[in-house]
Amino acid sequence: MLAVDLQNLTKRFGPVTAVNDLTLQIESGEIVAFLGPNGAGKTTTIDMLLGLARPDAGTARVYGKSPDEAIARGEVSAVMQNGGLLKDFTVAETVAYTASLYSQARPVGEVLERAGIAEIGDRRVAKCSGGEQQRLRFAMALLSDPRLLVLDEPTTGMDVEGRRGFWTKIREDAERGRTVMFATHYLDEADAYADRIVLIRQGSIVADGTTAEIKNLASGRVVRATLPDADAAALRALGGVTNVELRGDTVLVQCSDSDVVARYLLTETAASDLEISSKNLEAAFVALTTDSAAENGASR
Amino acid sequence: MTATVEMSRGDAQAHERQVPPLGGFNLTALKLEVRRVLRNRRTVMFILVFPSVFFFMFGLSAKAQAQGGPAAVAYIMISMAVYGAMVGTTAGGAAVAVERSLGWSRQLRLTPLRPGAYVAMKVLTAMTLGLIAIVTEYAVGAATGVRLAPHVWIMSGLAGWLGSFVFAAFGLFMGFLLPSENVMQFVGPVLAILAMFGGLFIPLSALSPTMRTVAHFSPVWGVGVMARAPLIGGFTSGAVLSVIGWTLAFGMGAMALFRRDTARV
Repeated sequence: MLAVDLQNLTKRFGPVTAVNDLTLQIESGEIVAFLGPNGAGKTTTIDMLLGLARPDAGTARVYGKSPDEAIARGEVSAVMQNGGLLKDFTVAETVAYTASLYSQARPVGEVLERAGIAEIGDRRVAKCSGGEQQRLRFAMALLSDPRLLVLDEPTTGMDVEGRRGFWTKIREDAERGRTVMFATHYLDEADAYADRIVLIRQGSIVADGTTAEIKNLASGRVVRATLPDADAAALRALGGVTNVELRGDTVLVQCSDSDVVARYLLTETAASDLEISSKNLEAAFVALTTDSAAENGASR
Repeated sequence: MTATVEMSRGDAQAHERQVPPLGGFNLTALKLEVRRVLRNRRTVMFILVFPSVFFFMFGLSAKAQAQGGPAAVAYIMISMAVYGAMVGTTAGGAAVAVERSLGWSRQLRLTPLRPGAYVAMKVLTAMTLGLIAIVTEYAVGAATGVRLAPHVWIMSGLAGWLGSFVFAAFGLFMGFLLPSENVMQFVGPVLAILAMFGGLFIPLSALSPTMRTVAHFSPVWGVGVMARAPLIGGFTSGAVLSVIGWTLAFGMGAMALFRRDTARV
């Protein structure tokens, strides 16, 4: 069963179309990064996925249920960027309060342990750092042992160490097989923690694939080899080759399918010292989320 | 650790997931909520300490003792108890403003808690605060020499407490109206003025005739009359109607604002 099934979602705020005919499906067990610049429509999409906003068109289903139903049954939970906490509660009380709202919940101690905040259970929320508060929201989200965990920019405002610690906990948890979807504008987070990246721009998906595929889409890879008297025309004729450059004895081939080029070079020519490099995700991100790239966007 | 992992894995997928009964309403949450509110020093000052201090100042002063005797002291004790209860219930209801401004309401929408159950818990928290205010004030009174027949203690306390329901509704109304973390800084002075019209700070007979007429239409008037009736008489069905009318008015106002608030955009 699909964990997330968004069909043709559209959401307008006055003249602004925040989400434009967006269709996205996530299989159970996937870890998906929802990546895009600020204002791309990530939060609006997540709000519709969680039933916090009503789509103008299209449907959102979570494990085959409406968002409200999925939340009421604890199938989905979320760590939101702007979800508030009450300062006068202690960490453990906040979790205990939330736990009492579910028909079945994991023990408070267990979720505190998993979120890495067991030792500050008695601390007042007001005295917790931003990172600790975010771990507390994560602990609350674990209570129902949800099948889908949604995180909206979960590490905003955290320092580097806090971010790393937070993601370590999320990753540990995801290894248990939970489906995770997180929105971020940090490329390195998407690169490091997701199996799949969905790139969103102006309310539409502009790319969708594994981290490697996304990098490929924007900039392709560069295959570099030493090959005197290379046959540039033959290289250009290979599938997916976008540019061939000869620099003395060195040949540089820009392509979307480096395997084909490498195989050709190593089996059909005398090429040596072959090297394949890919541009980093940052380049892919910039290329895909700027205006010129919108039309060439690919989807899987 | 391994055991935990296996257990979690199995549970996450296998068990039949249920919707909680009563929309998530439960007594554990209520208990935690009341404990949390009583941890806030400012709240405790306003609903427990101030009314007691007023009682000491006005009720136990030599002048009051000399002029009115024990009945006047009891009168002031009851008035202060009602005042504490009205501040407590209003604060309890108005807490929705704080929770909306902090984003806690949004956080709760990610749980199975239904909006109606949330409001019900707020009302019960407010009424618990009102009860604590009255019991505390009566305990202070009893400890400092107020002696009343058992039925007067019970009937006046009960009337003051139930009557303060109107302020739980008032608090909710203000809470949904004003999206502010400091809603009580605005509502507090309003309550003090209303308390005056309810005859809680000075007897209504001390007001000018015009003011006395205005007072009859204020939300506190009915509560004050009902709470003092076991002591000094003067119970009228008009007082009950006033409480019911104001409760309905604030309750319906709160309901309308609540619908607007929870409507999804």
